[in-house]
Amino acid sequence: MLGYFVRRLIMLLPVFLAMSAIVFLIVHLVPGDPIDHMLQIGASAERRQELAAKFGLDRPLVVQYALWLKAALTGDLGEAIILKQPVVDLILANLPYSLALGLSALLFSTVVGVSVGAAAAYFAGSWFDRVVMAGILMGSMLPSFWLGLLMILIFAVELGLFPVSGARSWDALVLPVLTVGIGGVALIARVTRAAFVEVAQQDFVTLLHAKGLTRRRIFFRHLVRHALMPVVTILGLKVGWILGGAVTVEYVFARPGLGSLLITSLGQRDYPVVQGCLLMLGMGVMLGTLVGDLAQAAMDPRVRDRMS
Amino acid sequence: MALLEVEGLTIGIGRFTPVQEIGFSLDRGAVLGLVGESGSGKSLTAMALMGLLPLIRGEVRAGSIVFDGVELANRPAELHRRLRGRRIALVTQNPMTSLDPIRTVGTQIDEVSRLHGGLDGRAAKARSLDLMEAMRIPRAAVVHGQYPHQLSGGMKQRIVIAMALAGDPDLLVADEPTTALDVTVQAQIVRLMVDLVKARGLALVLITHDMGVVAQACDRVVVLYAGRIAEAGPVESIFAAPHHPYTRALIGCIPVEGQARGTLIGIPGQVPGLTDYPAHCRFAPRCPAASARCRAEAPAPATIGASRVACFHPLGRGA
Ligand SMILES: Nc1ncnc2c1ncn2[C@@H]1O[C@H](COP(=O)(O)OP(=O)(O)OP(=O)(O)O)[C@@H](O)[C@H]1O
Ligand SMILES: [Mg+2]
Repeated sequence: MLGYFVRRLIMLLPVFLAMSAIVFLIVHLVPGDPIDHMLQIGASAERRQELAAKFGLDRPLVVQYALWLKAALTGDLGEAIILKQPVVDLILANLPYSLALGLSALLFSTVVGVSVGAAAAYFAGSWFDRVVMAGILMGSMLPSFWLGLLMILIFAVELGLFPVSGARSWDALVLPVLTVGIGGVALIARVTRAAFVEVAQQDFVTLLHAKGLTRRRIFFRHLVRHALMPVVTILGLKVGWILGGAVTVEYVFARPGLGSLLITSLGQRDYPVVQGCLLMLGMGVMLGTLVGDLAQAAMDPRVRDRMS
Repeated sequence: MALLEVEGLTIGIGRFTPVQEIGFSLDRGAVLGLVGESGSGKSLTAMALMGLLPLIRGEVRAGSIVFDGVELANRPAELHRRLRGRRIALVTQNPMTSLDPIRTVGTQIDEVSRLHGGLDGRAAKARSLDLMEAMRIPRAAVVHGQYPHQLSGGMKQRIVIAMALAGDPDLLVADEPTTALDVTVQAQIVRLMVDLVKARGLALVLITHDMGVVAQACDRVVVLYAGRIAEAGPVESIFAAPHHPYTRALIGCIPVEGQARGTLIGIPGQVPGLTDYPAHCRFAPRCPAASARCRAEAPAPATIGASRVACFHPLGRGA
């Protein structure tokens, strides 16, 4: 298992390099640059040159990338051009809010999604199953920013149950988590139900019945371990999707966080901040995949054997 | 009274009736062979004996299954469940897929004696090791902690049989237990099972499409064709003097090594599909002796010597 872990880490190295290069390039391929935001209207070309030289923006892209990556590996993501602070400080200040939202949303989607999917599978074919699955289909089609606005309108503005925006207290987290999480619930419930139905048809399940185990016990002790495997895979793959959802939702709810920071900086073409945020998100995705793979190996001896 | 009495067993799945009016009885210490080509209803019969038809949306439409004096057909599912594993056990065809891939084979055997014998973990494991050794599994203690994919097909099937024996059942239903295995391993497993029957006073329903296995292992045999009984009787008399043309054809083409399962070289044509079972004798389209009557009505089973035969023109009667 340890060897497997190390191998997985090594396999992530090229992925990290490619990811960082893409992050860097995307930022520089977006039209416009931060100098435009700093210059006053009518500023001279010399002034422009001067600023570009100050931030290193006049050097070849490859050199800029190499310098950036080298610094990034030592934990230095540069200085924000507009916000005039070390990018690392900005990220560290915002990260806890994003982590709180992202992890809560992940937990919420998983717990509710697995429960709903399992219940639907247990009563597969019944009216309960059909109603739940129809609801889930609808849930999976709603865009999260729209859902967020709707929830603000209903629960915050009309009913006054939760704060409209901000992150001052724990209840400010409820609506954002619901907004990000509902799509996740829908997805995970669908995967869970399908996984249960699929594994229930396998041969070994016939033998479990033949042993005299009750249906409930077969379902909750045996099938569940198989059904969770695809769920874990999907979770690993969808960490990025959930983080992405958090990005827009933070903005909608005016919460601090990497997403808000990213969107603001993007508007100002604050390259170092945008790069730093994207790099963090990319690493979040990589970490999610890694954890997903490790969980897979922990759950399935066949995966363990194939890998070692 | 026999341990198992099946009468007029008719199995339905949706609008189909894949098994019609099958009957046989089985004593302790005896082996009953259930033979027939692919699709003849052998597995469905096994599922009915296990009370597992609901898993495949099937049901017993008519007839009775009396086990140790208790009617099981169309009784509450819970009644049948309480017998499963403890008094009636199942061995399935494909050892590659009949074990849970993510649990060690040992825990899968232990589970049965923990459930039915009320043994704790340690005692259950000791019992499993005994059973594994009885199944001639070498290094049983090591194998106990291994996962199914780490074992060969033959080993896995031994595990499945040990698992079936762990509840100390009276009746073992084995659905083609050796079909998926190498020929050399096949004979070993069949011999092991027969020894177990004799040693433990088990009753065994041995499903196969291989008359060679029947000759090796069984006391009585029921030959199924397209969901009905073609012929049933003691193995010696059926091999000595088969009365149904289908039985004779089966005996004439005991599969040899390498032949695809479920095929009968000696009999041209194939078993009709569920959707087009003829109303007359189902074997008539492939039967060398079929007459106009065979293509008009279905023969009812009649007694000839020690056998029951469903044929208008049974062999060996000068007809
Ligand atoms: N779940 C099911 N749904 C519909 N039809 C089924 C189902 N299971 C079996 N049948 C049909 O019932 C008939 C008998 O099937 P069964 O599995 O009992 O055959 P078998 O004698 O065991 O054949 P084999 O040698 O291939 O195992 C076949 O025609 C088969 O197609
Ligand atoms: Mg079968």
